[in-house]
Amino acid sequence: MSDQLDLAPATDLLTSQEYFVNMGPQHPSTHGVLRLVLTIDGEIIRKVEPHIGYIHRSIEKMCEKDTYRQIVHLTDRMDYLSCHINNEAVCLAVEQALQIEVPERVKVIRTIIDELTRLASHQLWWGVMGMDLGAITSFLYGFRDREMINDIFEETCGARLTMNYNVPGGLMFDIHPNFQKRTKDFVAHFKTKLPEYDQLLSDNPIFRARTEGIGYMSKEDAVAYGVTGPSGRASGFACDVRKRHPYGMYPQVDFKEVLMTDGDCFARYKARILEMWESLRIIEQLIDNIPEGDFQAPTKQVIKLPKGEFYQRVETARGDFGVYIISDGNKSPYRLKFRSPGFSNLFVLDKVARGSKLADLVAIMSTFDYVMPDIDR
Amino acid sequence: MYDFTTLVQSIGNFLHGQFSPGVATALEWTLVILVYLALYAILGLVLVYVERRVCAFFQLRLGPNRVGWAGTAQTVADALKLLLKEPVTVNKADKLLYNLAPFIITLAALTVISLVPFAKGLQAFDINIGLLFIVAVSSLGVVGILLAGWSSNNKYALIGAMRSGAQIVSYELSVGLSLLTMVLLTGTLQLSTIIETQANGWWIFKGHVPAIIAFFLYLTASIAEINRGPFDLPEAESELTAGFHTEYSGLKFAFFFLAEFVNMFTVAAIATTVFLGGWMPFHLGDWAGFNAVMDFVPPILWFFLKVSAVIFLMMWFKWTFPRLRIDQLLKLEWKYLMPLNLMNLVFTAILVYLGWHG
Amino acid sequence: MFRAIYEYFKEILLAIRGLINGMRITGKYIAHARKEIITQEYPDNRDTLQMFDRFRGEVVLLHNENNEHRCTGCSACEVACPNGSIEIIWARREDPETGKKKKQIETFVYHLSMCTMCNLCILACPTDAIKMGHDFEHAVFDRSQLTKVLNRPGSKLEKGVEE
Repeated sequence: MSDQLDLAPATDLLTSQEYFVNMGPQHPSTHGVLRLVLTIDGEIIRKVEPHIGYIHRSIEKMCEKDTYRQIVHLTDRMDYLSCHINNEAVCLAVEQALQIEVPERVKVIRTIIDELTRLASHQLWWGVMGMDLGAITSFLYGFRDREMINDIFEETCGARLTMNYNVPGGLMFDIHPNFQKRTKDFVAHFKTKLPEYDQLLSDNPIFRARTEGIGYMSKEDAVAYGVTGPSGRASGFACDVRKRHPYGMYPQVDFKEVLMTDGDCFARYKARILEMWESLRIIEQLIDNIPEGDFQAPTKQVIKLPKGEFYQRVETARGDFGVYIISDGNKSPYRLKFRSPGFSNLFVLDKVARGSKLADLVAIMSTFDYVMPDIDR
Repeated sequence: MYDFTTLVQSIGNFLHGQFSPGVATALEWTLVILVYLALYAILGLVLVYVERRVCAFFQLRLGPNRVGWAGTAQTVADALKLLLKEPVTVNKADKLLYNLAPFIITLAALTVISLVPFAKGLQAFDINIGLLFIVAVSSLGVVGILLAGWSSNNKYALIGAMRSGAQIVSYELSVGLSLLTMVLLTGTLQLSTIIETQANGWWIFKGHVPAIIAFFLYLTASIAEINRGPFDLPEAESELTAGFHTEYSGLKFAFFFLAEFVNMFTVAAIATTVFLGGWMPFHLGDWAGFNAVMDFVPPILWFFLKVSAVIFLMMWFKWTFPRLRIDQLLKLEWKYLMPLNLMNLVFTAILVYLGWHG
Repeated sequence: MFRAIYEYFKEILLAIRGLINGMRITGKYIAHARKEIITQEYPDNRDTLQMFDRFRGEVVLLHNENNEHRCTGCSACEVACPNGSIEIIWARREDPETGKKKKQIETFVYHLSMCTMCNLCILACPTDAIKMGHDFEHAVFDRSQLTKVLNRPGSKLEKGVEE
């Protein structure tokens, strides 16, 4: 009987229509000035178009007029959450070009601060992740623990965020006498707090429901789009530069490359949590064994790189960061290119977020951990 | 126990003695309206302050502590700021509905508190279908939210409003069913009588396990109904910027804001009335001494103590849990809360049939 | 059938356990809020606020008690600065004691608005004339106030710096 009814006008009424929503550039959860043009059907996302360029400062072009010593401080302003690691990438590239062997002490200190930077970045990410999903309290807990790392940085490097502690050939100053004690205090403190992170978010059924099975990215996609860092490793893409192309003290320390296979939001979340444990392990191994020695290798006042092309990769908190220098023998590079991990991680968003809900997009974006200045440069 | 009926009646008698019956009644009504409007504003201001303070302590912060003693005047200052702000209206907004929405929300919130018995005899509107009336009127607020979302001419607002509609229509069921469970035990819908039935023990203690389950089901469902975290999807700050009130500013925004907090109070007050004995003091069996001490505390204080305990619990939920997604929210209602409520209802019915309740 | 019912209730109980676990954390912190609160009441604690030695707030030119500085005007910092924050205006003046013409700074201009606190000027300075100050309250109402002259009026070069 019912199928005899004339339903034509009703179906017309009920046909849904896709519409656009402009998410950003001013939006609480785009983590900066990212603009996403979403094509939405009800709450279901059909298409995501990222538009970038709102915080483009042409850092690569600026580098072409700066000397190699001056370039380092510009890299602080790219991925400001892993600033020390970016600095190190430039310094390593220059050292590689000049064939300088930096003292062992420098390597150890650089590696410790690398890992502290990674921890600080992941702590901030954890807090913001909770906030994006509506648990605002986690934001403050993440910041509380990050504060201790910032204090360590401020005491040793002189700044909390844009530290500029590396110079080509070594470090700007020696470590502060309190550095080891403070770092050990922090490690002891954070070891008690990290299980609380799990207790507050990871074990929460609402959080699990919001992340498990959401935003699946296959290993093939990760490789094809060049998604690196914890996001790529959560899909099973073994891409840890610290293991593949070791630098600093990483060949000598014992740590695990966190590899997951699920590829969903929860895997990406868990990968970062486990990476924090690995970072703590690396710091523990190195902090008592800082060898005596110089904190700088002797370098010329004006650094001139030999003619040629140099590439250096490092593992930042967000993934594979590359510095590509083309030198024509002058004191500034002829061309300098940064391969920033955020850029590749951003453009997989369309592939990952299609078909999920609007609320899932927020979860997916926070598990990819975007930092906009890193993407725009 | 002080009975407010005498006070209320003496005011009534005084007015009737001075004026003609029509004028006296009108004056009585005006008085009640003024008292409740003042109460509405005060409740809103106090609750905003308490919320900000409690949330700060959860988050290891200090919260507002500059304006006035320990920051108590902060919300007053904020309200003044909102009053002075320019009321922006969006281009192409449906002006009538856009301006109407805050009033509908306020109206719904205000009507519900008129039924709340603060102490013996201190209740504006004591009707014999009290609970039913509350359930009916409290869902009126969603009309305001829908209007606000629709008329703002903003996609975020529209998504928020549609979410709110789906959410409230579903959770209304659970609120009703969990209260119905309690009605089985109390045998009445009138709020003052419900409290009277708890003179020898609160329902959450007397009602065995079903009452406890019903309490938590009611709390969950009603938090969802008033759009509070973790069910604050219509606002979902990280997804929809501000949801249905994205385009509201100044005083109109303040109306939404106040209504949200007053609704929180209402939910806590109903939970207190139905489950926690309203203004009845806490009594412990036959301990006459203990009970006498408890009786010494005025009933109105008892009421507010219990309400603040429930409100604290609601804040604890909000500041701990992440937000649900809309389909998970509906799944929670239809797959978990509803069946549990029905089971609980049957269970309670058996209990009542066997005569095992208080 | 019974299996499914069992699973259903197990799921609910596990979820409740997870939620209570989370509430225990926030509950623990609110119970110990007095001890755990990390907020510093900033403008009130100005007197006790101690910055770390190496904190980089702004570039300052050091003067001693005789109003003498150590800047010879060599412009090494100006060259080292990546942003052009430092401008040194110098002139050759006659030294009253020796009568020889000597390079001296007229004004040491520092554009705080352009400075990124990278510390390269401090490293470049051969005479340790400048260092990073600890002041971090740089907010002003007009941008022109951020352009500062670091050498004090009437200040001279300290003796023995150039040797």
